Amino acid sequence: MTEPVAARPERLTREDAAYVARLARVDLTEEELDLYAGQLAAVLDHAAQVAAIATSGVEPTAHTLPLRNVLRDDVVRPSLERDEVLAQAPRAEDGRFWVPRILGEAP
Amino acid sequence: MSASELAERVRRGETSATDVLEQYLAAIDECDSELHSFLTVLGDSARSEAREIDRRLSAGEDPGPLAGVPVAVKDNLCTRGMSTTCGSHILEGWLPPYDATVVERLRAAGAVVVGKTNLDEFAMGSSTENSAYGPTHNPHDPRRVPGGSSGGSAAAVAAGLVPLALGSDTGGSIRQPAAFCGVVGLKPTYGMVSRYGLVAFASSLDQVGPLARTVADAAILFDVIGGHDPRDSTSLERPNPLALTRLEEGVDGMRVGVVAELLDGADASVVGRVHETAEVLAAAGASVEECSVPEVSYALPAYYLLAPAEASSNLARYDGVRYGLRVNAPSAESMNGATRAAGFGSEVKRRIMLGTYALSAGYYDAYYGQAQKVRTLIIRAFARVYERVDVLLGATTPTTAFELGSKVDDPLSMYLSDVCTVPTNLAGHPAISVPFGVDDLGLPVGVQLLAPALGEMSMFQAAAVIESAAPAAVLPQICATTIGGSRTSARGER
Repeated sequence: MTEPVAARPERLTREDAAYVARLARVDLTEEELDLYAGQLAAVLDHAAQVAAIATSGVEPTAHTLPLRNVLRDDVVRPSLERDEVLAQAPRAEDGRFWVPRILGEAP
Repeated sequence: MSASELAERVRRGETSATDVLEQYLAAIDECDSELHSFLTVLGDSARSEAREIDRRLSAGEDPGPLAGVPVAVKDNLCTRGMSTTCGSHILEGWLPPYDATVVERLRAAGAVVVGKTNLDEFAMGSSTENSAYGPTHNPHDPRRVPGGSSGGSAAAVAAGLVPLALGSDTGGSIRQPAAFCGVVGLKPTYGMVSRYGLVAFASSLDQVGPLARTVADAAILFDVIGGHDPRDSTSLERPNPLALTRLEEGVDGMRVGVVAELLDGADASVVGRVHETAEVLAAAGASVEECSVPEVSYALPAYYLLAPAEASSNLARYDGVRYGLRVNAPSAESMNGATRAAGFGSEVKRRIMLGTYALSAGYYDAYYGQAQKVRTLIIRAFARVYERVDVLLGATTPTTAFELGSKVDDPLSMYLSDVCTVPTNLAGHPAISVPFGVDDLGLPVGVQLLAPALGEMSMFQAAAVIESAAPAAVLPQICATTIGGSRTSARGER
């Protein structure tokens, strides 16, 4: 069980942490980046034990159940109340969610 | 008095749902400022539910097996029109537009939903210290954690503030706090209980389950919440389990394996209680053997890649658009980043970062893909051992309840407290923690029974035998002296 099948990645750096935070859309402070980079590196060192386990020819398990598509008849049925749903939005307008501009740079 | 006896008294008219509820609300009012097991106490809606139970009884109807029994619900289960925070600032003030299936089933069985319990933010943690609303204290020693993430539910049941509670278990979040607080906690087979309305953490691992003071009460609650739900596409198409009906059948001829890897590194007193439990089962007619499942030791590192990976995807929905917190910013992307920075606490940010990293280009195969293959090896290893035994026995946790603040700054050491519970989640199997005696400090010890998928019945039967031979339950420090008549007798009967 020692044959390494997946290269053990290099240790996570502060730059990696900043990049991952951007991917995850979480604005982190400089202090948080310092803290998390160290903590994540420690956790990943532990988790990287899995890299040393021989798994050639082993199928990955995404899910423990033999999943298959679940179908139902295509009939109209009640869904959530629109007003009740929109009432929980930070901002709604004309029966829709209101968000800041998505395309292009904001002024 | 057990939950079933309580329901029986309400059904027979010896007491009313309203009187029962008022007694428990008074206990919560008196004790919970010290314990902080509840985030929301639903006084008004609970009173109206109790009145409806009483009205139906006086009209000659049967409200169901939990008639008038107050139940607490972990605050990551949706309750329509009632605060559901997941212990996070990002969902502060959110009122779900629907009920979780398990909440509907509680009410359909006559239960009264009495409040929402504290948890580690989005169920990520092992001590309930990651709640944005402050920690819950262990009723056996308020300087110690109740475990987590269902720490509020476990503490409330242990202190007698409710007879029953619901929790959720992704890597041990029902069983570990049950062990720390000296109550029974069940993680059912994946797919046995609907996840509809359970706020998702790691969808392939999450499962809702009961916390109770007795095995029989846990079985009743499991029977009530279990069964197929078309609104959860991973729900098994099986009838309700009816675990209660065969609870007393014993363990004569049952094959039990004591798993060496579920005792490795555990405190001597915990190991001692597990061995005593094995003797109890052997004396009751089970054949007990030592066994080894080495792959179990792969589970923790695999879990701490897979669960954060799924979480990083599931928690992408908290983007400030449809519900919850929004921090205004000129563009959608800057609004997303600022909202999530302000709304999520440290542990959630750490796990989102960990999961995003494990799934990112260049690292996917080495971390996430490899962990999924290791998951397959763990499942195969369990399948091999279950050819020889019916249930497995081990510790629920390597230690008893630790002190508040002792691990919160060291994420890896906190994660290691889940070492005995995560293998079950990765395999999708059921497991139950049963209180059995105390350690040298007088803190409760939990022993864990594991079974193959759908093996709840044997597990419950073994749990009932263990419970019947367990040393007298220890009284909690908090609430022990203030508990009213019905709850005092519940303790006395153990």
